[in-house]
Amino acid sequence: MSIPAEGRLSAPAAPAATRANGGADIAVELDGVTKRFGKTTALDDVSLLVRRGELMTLLGPSGCGKTTLLNLVGGFLMPDSGEIAIDGQRITDVPAYRREIGIMFQNYALFPHMNVAANVGYGLRMRRVAKGEIARRVADALALIKLAGLEDRKPRQLSGGQQQRVALARALVIRPKVLLLDEPFSALDRNLRASMQVELKEIQRKLGVTTIFVTHDQSEALSLSDRIAVVAEGRIRQLGTPDEIYREPIDRFVASFVGDVNVLRARLERIDGAVATVALGAARVLVPSRTLQGAAASSMVDLFVRPEELRPADHDAPVAARGIVAAQIYQGGHVDLYVDAPEALSGRVLLRVPRHEGMSLWPAGTRISIALAADKAIAFRPA
Amino acid sequence: MPRLPSQWCLRLLGGVIVSAILGFLLLPALVVTLAAFNSRAILSFPPESWSWRWFVKAIAYEDFQAGFHNGLIVTGWASTIALVVGAAFALALERYEFRFKRALETVLLSPLVVPHFTVGLGFLILAAQLGMARGYAVIVACHVVLVLPFVLRSVYISLRNLDPRLELAAASLGAPPHRVLTTVTLPLLLPGLVSGWLFAAILSFNEFTASLFVTAQRTQTLPVALYNYVREYADPSMAAISVMYIVVTATLLTLANVFLGLAKVLNVEHPR
Repeated sequence: MSIPAEGRLSAPAAPAATRANGGADIAVELDGVTKRFGKTTALDDVSLLVRRGELMTLLGPSGCGKTTLLNLVGGFLMPDSGEIAIDGQRITDVPAYRREIGIMFQNYALFPHMNVAANVGYGLRMRRVAKGEIARRVADALALIKLAGLEDRKPRQLSGGQQQRVALARALVIRPKVLLLDEPFSALDRNLRASMQVELKEIQRKLGVTTIFVTHDQSEALSLSDRIAVVAEGRIRQLGTPDEIYREPIDRFVASFVGDVNVLRARLERIDGAVATVALGAARVLVPSRTLQGAAASSMVDLFVRPEELRPADHDAPVAARGIVAAQIYQGGHVDLYVDAPEALSGRVLLRVPRHEGMSLWPAGTRISIALAADKAIAFRPA
Repeated sequence: MPRLPSQWCLRLLGGVIVSAILGFLLLPALVVTLAAFNSRAILSFPPESWSWRWFVKAIAYEDFQAGFHNGLIVTGWASTIALVVGAAFALALERYEFRFKRALETVLLSPLVVPHFTVGLGFLILAAQLGMARGYAVIVACHVVLVLPFVLRSVYISLRNLDPRLELAAASLGAPPHRVLTTVTLPLLLPGLVSGWLFAAILSFNEFTASLFVTAQRTQTLPVALYNYVREYADPSMAAISVMYIVVTATLLTLANVFLGLAKVLNVEHPR
């Protein structure tokens, strides 16, 4: 897979900008960081700026290097080259225990031989904070995460959600310069996960703590982040707000990794400067031309369309594709229609339609005409 | 669900076999225990009348007292040295990658392959070559070699069960390496260290074959003293010693289990 130049420009372009305003709003800076394990390059010349108080997500498939990046910031690994700075101070060689960084691991890593209060107070004891002060700050932290009264419990006596709160309190009580979260929700069941996500976001915003969050779950990344860095093969492919990442993916990888997407066979009609027109059946859609560099007019392109941007065609709408409903999956708030439309896609086209429409009008086996619900999309040259 | 007669038979048969095996395992201990309480001066089973006299005699017997004393000295030193050495090697094997790691592992576990009498004989020849008297040093060295694999295993398994993220979390919270060691690593390894030491101690205190080669009259350990005794006498004081031995060992293991969760150490169990 080719990596478009834009994918890397977005990150390295920034350091000059920060230096111009003194870097006061930058909490974490990575500059040309490379990390190798034996012959494999886990991170390849990565530069990244994390703003003060923001929740930055590193999103990518497993093995993409996102956890390595987290470990480098945490001080658990040393980069082979490049520099890392926190609050403008170069900390590349500073050991983890002097970095003032809070971390919450996937399995929470609570000290099993200590009770809740001792776990939360650990960082303060290491800093030789006075006993009374420790007790006060631990109580405050437990109140913040709504676990007051459980001070004497051992970690194994807590539920998964409670353990996670304790881990969060333990990381926050030292007032870290940066909070690192390593796949923190993956061990929780679905309902608990959603409520913990809301709570984490609330606490993070209330305290204004700069947070780097690692996940492979794109929906988690979209819902929690201020900005997302999509990581693949040791590089940052795209850096942007969740909406930018979702609406304007920079390449095929980002487009298909973030959110559900249909890759439809379409024809490039013409390129007019920054905008290109693509034909899908009788429908026309505008796409940015930057991702179609070098594609000739009337050549085939891959049109990336989100499921909610497709709908069953009304009588007057131009038909983008025709097919037969293969299955309808009830999702509560909406219905997913899987449609066999061989001329548009070798697999199945996914349409996300409002519940009432989907269930009554389009049972499996129905012939269906598909229209585009959006007049903008994104297209790439065939891989 | 209706049960077939054949299923019922199989269950019964299974129960009988399991009971038979358990009985067989415990039979020697049972026989010896009963023999220890025999009031007559011969080792016989079952006893005709009951008495504590052989316990009194065994405790009062000078060779047994000396053997017990020697055994404590040898066991204390051997299992402690084995614990320190074994823990260091276990740490190296678990935490670091280096050349000849496989080879080191093989060598460290080799006493499981080499028979005890070979180890004993080897140390006997070595001691003679070096002109060392058959003092405690040789016995302790010999026992260290014999129990090291067990200590190593015990500590190694505890280390494997120790989530490295606990140490990383401690470091991120501001603990320098030596405080990570004292506040997180060692407390969590404690059950493994204690049970490793305990295993070593039990094995060392019990060890006969190699000890026979490297002990002298003055330094003989309890099993060797027992052997020398049984060559001349055949009264139940041996059985009495055995019973005391079983009771003390079982008590130690039970206490260790209660306070340290020995069962947890012996199984590879992952802490959440």
